Amino acid sequence: MDHRPQAWGRPRDDVYGAYDASYLNHSAPKTATQSPIVTGTSVIAIKFKDGVVMAADNLASYGSLARFTDVKRLRTFLSASVVGFGGDVSDMQFLDRHLNELAIDEAYEHETTASVSGPAPGQLNAANLHKYLSKLMYRRRNDFDPLWNQILVAGVDGAQQPFLASVDLRGTTFTSPSLATGFGAMLAQPIMRRYAATEEDAAKLTRDQAVDIVKECMKVLFYRDARSLDRYSIAVVTREGVELKEDEQLEKQSWAFAERIRGYGTQTV
Amino acid sequence: MFRNNYDNDSVTFSPQGRIFQVEYAAEAVKQGSVVVGIASKTHAVLVAIKRNAEELSSYQKKLFPIDEHTGIAIAGLTSDARVLSNFMKQQCLGHRLTYGRSMPVRSLVDMIGSKAQTNTQHYGKRPYGVGLLVAGVDEQGPHLFEFQPSGMTEEMMAFAIGARSQMARTYLEKNLDKFQDCTREELIRHGLRALKESLVQDRELTVDNTSVATVGTVKGEDGLAVVEPFKVFDGQDVVAWIESVADDKEEGAGAGEAQAGESMEVDS
Repeated sequence: MDHRPQAWGRPRDDVYGAYDASYLNHSAPKTATQSPIVTGTSVIAIKFKDGVVMAADNLASYGSLARFTDVKRLRTFLSASVVGFGGDVSDMQFLDRHLNELAIDEAYEHETTASVSGPAPGQLNAANLHKYLSKLMYRRRNDFDPLWNQILVAGVDGAQQPFLASVDLRGTTFTSPSLATGFGAMLAQPIMRRYAATEEDAAKLTRDQAVDIVKECMKVLFYRDARSLDRYSIAVVTREGVELKEDEQLEKQSWAFAERIRGYGTQTV
Repeated sequence: MFRNNYDNDSVTFSPQGRIFQVEYAAEAVKQGSVVVGIASKTHAVLVAIKRNAEELSSYQKKLFPIDEHTGIAIAGLTSDARVLSNFMKQQCLGHRLTYGRSMPVRSLVDMIGSKAQTNTQHYGKRPYGVGLLVAGVDEQGPHLFEFQPSGMTEEMMAFAIGARSQMARTYLEKNLDKFQDCTREELIRHGLRALKESLVQDRELTVDNTSVATVGTVKGEDGLAVVEPFKVFDGQDVVAWIESVADDKEEGAGAGEAQAGESMEVDS
């Protein structure tokens, strides 16, 4: 009888043939996430006079397969900030659970009076949250186990000014009057820059203008990004708090331009 | 020979339900020289009497900055205070690094509270022999907290710990209603008067033995609150304040004596 622990509870070799113990071989290096699996595509956001508008579609793709069509990729934090996730959906869910814990701790620490609406004074604002996420992402990259996301954080900062910043799987951070992740950086960012190239331009935009720009960008993204969907979430975050709509439909689509597209697949021009 | 069998460690209850080691630690706080703290709507101040071991030596510091927005006053074992102070500095710095904001004072105080409490619950450990007054500002405004070796922490409007601090507390209780609307200067003067109450007969406040520290919020140009950082004043910087409370010495001392006289009669 074989008394080694590796042999305990195994099928009998004389009945089932030699047991494949290759997975017990620990000489191979430990591997963390090598590539994202189920992914979300672009997140886009633009600042305006009193806040930030952010949007992302509700699709989670499995490679090129449109696998889940009801995934909410914009998450609120303490009713004061919005976090938009591009990239791996399971890592997004991990971060969402983590941020929920953080928000609960923070809400216990700063008791809010029911009469005052909006975020309580002293609670983590969007700038604090972005700083925290950047440290978290950079830490994970240094563990060679990155969280495979690109994240946009929107809200107001300590001086009550609109705040928008990004952090990616390497912990790289940057900020701009408008930001877009993934394909949005190529397709939506140029459009948003037409309206808000500088902070001064963004400070002139009204809320309605900003929402219209973002909706226009979502439409362009749906036209040209093959991993996108026409159902999307849109959030407007101001000093008063967050308004999040999670099941919007792209309106006034026009596919007339598609007639003129040449060069993809079988054509008899 | 009578011997107390229940004070060998901090994990054993006496039959009366007391933990003697923790009570002894509280006594260590009373050995330290007195420190007073007061908070208003805009500022928190700490004032302290420093002691010198002998005539030729320097005076032991009593007030320590922790971070831009927080500082402590200590009464008891200075070396234990050093451990707590280093811990608090690290926590504040870490919080600044990860969140980009100053640490809320209550969370900071809760952390040293938990740290001190675990020391009272493990065999082979001992409680800290130091009491602290923690003054700081955060988004909620100025705060003053008391910390005891037992791990108990409480927010205070005004408080005094250390030797003969009961006299200072009596003064604070008597003037409690005024503190909320006091300016920074008024708070300091109240603090110094409270200190004087607890001085022994022939001693007085001097530039050498008096320490003052302030922290607060001021309205910035944009109407938002701006932090006035925690700052300790010693030596020549406190002359003006000492002189300003020396002026009301007669009436202050007179009132104090009358008070003392009254209470003496009541006691006997």
